[in-house]
Amino acid sequence: MSQLAIEAPLERLPLSQTIDKELWIRRLLIGLVCLWMLVVVILPIFQLLSKSLMDNAGNFVGFANYVHYFKTPALSNSIGNSLFVSILTTLIAVGLGFLYAYALTRTTIPGKAFFKGLAMMPLFAPTLLNGISLVYLFGRKGLFTTGFFGTIPGFDIHLYGPVGIIISEVLFAFPQAVLILSIALNMTDARLYEASDSLGASKIKTFFTVTIPGIKYGLISAVFVCFILAFTDFGAPKVVGGNFNILSTDIYKQVIGQQNFVMGAVVSVVLLIPTVIAFIVDRIVQRKQVAIIAAKSVPLIPKPERLKDTLFLTYCAFIALLIVGFYSTSLFASLVKVWPYKLNLGFWHYNFSDMGGGGYAAFFNSIRMAFYSAAFGTVITFSAAYLIEKSRQMRVLREISYFLSILPLALPGLVIGLSYIFFFNAKGWSIAGMFIPNPLGFLYATMGILVMSNIVHFYSVSFLTATTALKQLDKEFEIVSESMGVPFYKTFVCVTVPVCMPAILEIAMYYFVNSMATVSAVIFLYSANLPLASVAVANMDDAGDIAPACAMSILIVLANLLARMLFGLATKGVKNEPRPGW
Amino acid sequence: MTQHGEISDYLSVHQLTKKFGKFTALDDISFSTKLGEFLCVLGPSGCGKTTVLRAIAGLEKPTSGTIVVEGRDVTQLPVSRRNVGIVFQSYALFPNLTAEDNIAYGLKQRSKKAKGVEGRVTELLETVGLSGMGNKYPAQLSGGQQQRVALARAMAISPHLLLLDEPLSALDAKVRIRLRSEIRQLQKRLGVTTIMVTHDQEEALTMADRILIIDRGKLVQMGTPGEVYDKPATPFVASFIGSMNFITKVRKMEDGIFGVGEHRLKISNGRGARRVQNGEPVMIGVRPEDVMIQADGGDGINTLNTLVSAIEYRGSLFRLSLNLPISGNDYTTIDADVPSEKVRRLGLQENMHLPIHLPVDRIRVYAA
Ligand SMILES: Nc1ncnc2c1ncn2[C@@H]1O[C@H](COP(=O)(O)OP(=O)(O)OP(=O)(O)O)[C@@H](O)[C@H]1O
Ligand SMILES: [Mg+2]
Repeated sequence: MSQLAIEAPLERLPLSQTIDKELWIRRLLIGLVCLWMLVVVILPIFQLLSKSLMDNAGNFVGFANYVHYFKTPALSNSIGNSLFVSILTTLIAVGLGFLYAYALTRTTIPGKAFFKGLAMMPLFAPTLLNGISLVYLFGRKGLFTTGFFGTIPGFDIHLYGPVGIIISEVLFAFPQAVLILSIALNMTDARLYEASDSLGASKIKTFFTVTIPGIKYGLISAVFVCFILAFTDFGAPKVVGGNFNILSTDIYKQVIGQQNFVMGAVVSVVLLIPTVIAFIVDRIVQRKQVAIIAAKSVPLIPKPERLKDTLFLTYCAFIALLIVGFYSTSLFASLVKVWPYKLNLGFWHYNFSDMGGGGYAAFFNSIRMAFYSAAFGTVITFSAAYLIEKSRQMRVLREISYFLSILPLALPGLVIGLSYIFFFNAKGWSIAGMFIPNPLGFLYATMGILVMSNIVHFYSVSFLTATTALKQLDKEFEIVSESMGVPFYKTFVCVTVPVCMPAILEIAMYYFVNSMATVSAVIFLYSANLPLASVAVANMDDAGDIAPACAMSILIVLANLLARMLFGLATKGVKNEPRPGW
Repeated sequence: MTQHGEISDYLSVHQLTKKFGKFTALDDISFSTKLGEFLCVLGPSGCGKTTVLRAIAGLEKPTSGTIVVEGRDVTQLPVSRRNVGIVFQSYALFPNLTAEDNIAYGLKQRSKKAKGVEGRVTELLETVGLSGMGNKYPAQLSGGQQQRVALARAMAISPHLLLLDEPLSALDAKVRIRLRSEIRQLQKRLGVTTIMVTHDQEEALTMADRILIIDRGKLVQMGTPGEVYDKPATPFVASFIGSMNFITKVRKMEDGIFGVGEHRLKISNGRGARRVQNGEPVMIGVRPEDVMIQADGGDGINTLNTLVSAIEYRGSLFRLSLNLPISGNDYTTIDADVPSEKVRRLGLQENMHLPIHLPVDRIRVYAA
């Protein structure tokens, strides 16, 4: 009885010209993605490069600035210094991170979730806080330097300089190393180990012939990521660098201290070169990897081993204790009346009213900025990733957009900040004798430019997260809906977004947390009537108000932990719905 | 959709060629289907089956050639304007929507009347045998049930053309066989012209009105299941569908008579035999089930003496490997399928001499 109804086709609405319209919308949007990347990445960097070839009056001088740079040891010595601290940091962070990741993936120690969560702690803090905590531990009046306020003989590790920088950067890079290496260790095929066992290979031999080659790509990636982080970070060296000059602090000193923008641009380019090389090498390596993991592998399930498990548990507990101790010290210090003399606790330093830096206004500005960055950043990143991944038209343009989307990975925050000053502050450009006024100048010194710099600064990781999530969706969804005459934007809203919700929330949280904590890009871009929390930390530290700086950092960490908790709750809510395939 | 036979060629594809860069995926393919026909596209992996389907759907722009539906050239139309229902091997069901919502997905776009949509979804669910399961999510359904939802979703928009790309290959054998007949019945009832891609010859033989066989981008044969099985156009088709013995170094002596070494074989004209010139070297093929063993009688024509070299048990029948001397020490192997009952009755054993008979009208002649 039902057949008849089916055979009589439902009245068809005119399927219409909307189709061609849709095609044009898609083309337009892909074009917009390309234009967006051009405006927020390529043009500002181009502006920075051209600035480095001019004198302060704006006349073209070729490579004169570079010649001057390399002829001035006070400047060029920083290259060696930067390389020294970042290579050492990389070795230590990757070493420690590997052991930690190994414990999390290849042993049967208890409390893995706890250890993993704790290792991520440094991601929630501005790197300035790493420096500040070190000052409280090992600085002139530090806990260890004074021997716990005189209870035991103290010792001085000569914090200010490379020692301080390396310790803070190791802490900063450690979570990234753990993350990347855990993923790599998880991907290795159990069958390789079975084969090695059956051939009677010793544990050590298996380690070097199976484990290490198996995580080769992860290891390379971890090395490059840690190197870039340490090489370009600015927060911690600013606090504990002392007279030890490195490239990132040089940029700051040139621009803010001496108002020498041109030299700032030159140092930025010098900073950019190793980063871009690391980025390109990593890209090439990762491209090779794709072919290898494509084959199905059997996950390795670790077996309990008494001695190994005990050793690794001890190690993890030790690292966890260090991290907890580290941040507890700063929490404690922020609550102490006068370190190290009056140790009674209270909230004196959380009243920023008579401080520079902007106090609570700055804090709430930061929250607003982080919120906008999360909201706009997530929408832009996910939509762009969708258009690039799920379109069939305009292949070349999509490939260019893809490359431009991962390019910001190689851009240090300071470089983004400085090039944004140059680009958005420019009056206009004379091209072929014609003067084109800057249409984006109105953004200068507004919330808009801050949010934009954050979106670009943290674009690539978010973009890759979105792309990975989108790749897991059946590539036929788009075709099926197209064949039914459903416009692509409807399927995007009704299917793609809901199914990718966990990834979308993760991107939003990533944007929020990083925008809260970052100082490098925004320190050039904030304005006096738009103070920011992380910048306030830097400025209060500069002024010697280290306790309030510490307190402000703690507030940033708390805001981020709160965001993380909300994210956890939201994800749980999303995951409770039946959403197969995840 | 029910007026059968009004337009003789519902869909026709003319000289379709598709190149990916330098690689030619489809090479000058032409065929047509009648309204309500069930066409199977069959071929080995990578031969271009999916590409044919995608071109018909409008997902792949042909490098050259035209696609005509109901007399209208649709080559340039995008998929959304061709009114085709597509079912993929992966089903591509939206995981966050229930079975009902999946089926209603395209309908809601077309009909603003929510009531009509609801009623229609219920009917479709009933048609594919999933009444009452409408509120389940794809993950809560078995593979076969998901396949039915995908089918219902494709049928929901009353497509003129239903395109199925290996719709059954992800299912286990039992479910696959059941769904074969279900899909076929549904298709007959709705009368929708259907093209199904498969690499499973049995699927094609049991389901199709006509089969299209593609090899390395070229259309090698098109015909009913009976035609392609009985008269395979090329040795490739013959060995791809079922199996066939080939004897090479055969020469045409005169009309209807072919020489294999010292043997003389009579082959009925018409089975490819006519096209060959006298003296020309050819290859002949005969299917194992057509090889008769001599005990069946026969008049001495096409009788060859062989030696049983191996016997393989295959349940209801045995496959015998027979050595046939051709000339001197030269011999060829011929497989013969013999019912188990007969093997036992004749007490066939290895190393036994066995005369066989090749029926005059079951031998195919191919160019060497
Ligand atoms: N987008 C493309 N770009 C380049 N080559 C392609 C593309 N799509 C298909 N091909 C090639 O065209 C040939 C035919 O592909 P097609 O998918 O049609 O094969 P198929 O017969 O469906 O195979 P299977 O049975 O494995 O699904 C293959 O060699 C394939 O590599
Ligand atoms: Mg295919």
